[in-house]
Amino acid sequence: MHPAKSVIFFTTASGAGYGMMIWLGVLAALGEVYPDASLGIVTLGLAFALIVAGLLSSTLHLGRPERAWRALSQWRSSWLSREGLAAIIAFVPLGIFAFAWVVMGTNSGAAAMAGLAGAALSLLTLYCTAMIYASLRPIPAWHNGWTVAGYLVLGPMSGAVLLTAIFHLFGQSKPAAITSLLSLALLATGLLVKLAYWNLIRNEAPVSTAGTATGLGHLGKVEMTGSPHDNDNYLLREMGFRIARKHAEKLRTIAVALGFVLPFLCLLATIYLTGGLMPLLLSALATLSCAIGLAAERWLFFAEARHAVTLYYGEQAV
Amino acid sequence: MTSLPEKTDKKLGLVVDLDICVGCHACAVNCKEWNAGAKSAPLTDYDPYGKKPDGVWFNRVHTYETTDEAGHGQTVHFPRSCLHCEDAPCVTVCPTGASYKREEDGIVLVNEDICIGCKLCSWACPYGAREYDENEGVMKKCTLCIDKIYNENLPQESRVPACVSTCPAGARSFGDLGDPESEVSKLVAARGGYDLMPEQGTKPVNKYLPPRPRQDGREGDKAPRMLEHADDSTEGAGLIARWVDKILS
Ligand code: SF4
Ligand code: SF4
Ligand code: SF4
Repeated sequence: MHPAKSVIFFTTASGAGYGMMIWLGVLAALGEVYPDASLGIVTLGLAFALIVAGLLSSTLHLGRPERAWRALSQWRSSWLSREGLAAIIAFVPLGIFAFAWVVMGTNSGAAAMAGLAGAALSLLTLYCTAMIYASLRPIPAWHNGWTVAGYLVLGPMSGAVLLTAIFHLFGQSKPAAITSLLSLALLATGLLVKLAYWNLIRNEAPVSTAGTATGLGHLGKVEMTGSPHDNDNYLLREMGFRIARKHAEKLRTIAVALGFVLPFLCLLATIYLTGGLMPLLLSALATLSCAIGLAAERWLFFAEARHAVTLYYGEQAV
Repeated sequence: MTSLPEKTDKKLGLVVDLDICVGCHACAVNCKEWNAGAKSAPLTDYDPYGKKPDGVWFNRVHTYETTDEAGHGQTVHFPRSCLHCEDAPCVTVCPTGASYKREEDGIVLVNEDICIGCKLCSWACPYGAREYDENEGVMKKCTLCIDKIYNENLPQESRVPACVSTCPAGARSFGDLGDPESEVSKLVAARGGYDLMPEQGTKPVNKYLPPRPRQDGREGDKAPRMLEHADDSTEGAGLIARWVDKILS
């Protein structure tokens, strides 16, 4: 599948934004974070900014953005519709939570309830995003449970890493310690999930073949000798993306090293190097590295996914 | 509504005979021709007279070569268009209700007035039957020539899809595949018509008829290589023929 920058940006940015919201809601409910106004403005503001930027980027890339509201109507059957609805509904409790924190100076009691509701709806939105991909049967690399696990873990993971850096920036070592531990657990889980995912897509038996696509399999090997068109068409541009195996391996190494291993080591080090600017620098490095690694991971998620239509254009199996 | 109808009254669709198709692309061209002025108009072209012409088509003709273990090959021309699936995944994924399947005849259509151009339906179709129109910002696909098959301004015999009426070889048939007594259903039954990628669970309505087995030169049922001389013997010939034969030989 063509790795469109807008979708890569949307899924990684809003994933991190929702991840931050989830942990802010949980920390507030546990009474582990003081409702300091400037801390609220920066954390909640950044989370909102990431979510909105992601949603906007995906909306603006529609063929007809002015009709985007129509996408909310088919929640009975469509995961894309459900995602849009969940995202919008989540804004209500998240808005109340943010208002209570920043303006009224409280994040406990009713505000914490709103925060928890917002956290749950954020997780639900991530689940809907995952299901948009996981429900597409023509793309076996997406049509599996590891796709869902990936979105559900990587969003909260990147959110926790980002929050850790901000807490250190504000000298909030108590919540920072919690999100550090969360980050370490989620970075380890996230890496395992992605390794399992890559293992699956590499070794999975093909679902469809050129033989089943044409129904000519009983005649032997099926090869295209004549294409319907001389130039690339929409199908080939959108779904015929191919990535060389050695490039994929390189990117996988980058995704593993920068997305998971380096942030893990940095945050592990903050437990021991507590003096001065070290925790802030290390957690900022963890955030930057994680962002680059996840962009590579998401790029691969698209680039490595092969679509059944390619079977009509020379691919032997997907 | 992008929920699929429980059942449709008819299952209108196409039957493509791969034994007959000669790969002339006439169906694809006439599809373009009809639809460039019909419901889905304009059927956009990009750079039509330039170096890299490209555009939206509802029907594409591929050519495949099969090779069996013994090395015997066969060429098969293969038209590919929307199969108007019973369990159409392109419909259920649509967030706007622009994609829908008609209850009365099972035709799968896009309402271009509400499509937002999210392209998700084209990802959900395993067969590449949907092509996005960059200029219009909406998705387009085969309409089963809905504005032709029901068009009362046309004589009855013309009320078939453009690709069917234009095929010079007669490789395409149109009809109700939900009615076991229809001509198309009988054709499918007689020739072992099949579904493309049944494992994708889409339950296509359109069917393909397999190429008939080719002779590989080893079997004895070949056509004679040379005509036998029919006049070598006078046995059974008429009186005048025998008399002429006698004079001449
Ligand atoms: S062939 Fe593709 S576009 Fe047509 S109904 Fe089936 S899934 Fe939908
Ligand atoms: S591109 Fe249009 S028809 Fe296709 S899923 Fe999106 S809104 Fe529906
Ligand atoms: S039925 Fe009509 S729209 Fe569909 S492929 Fe044939 S000519 Fe094109």
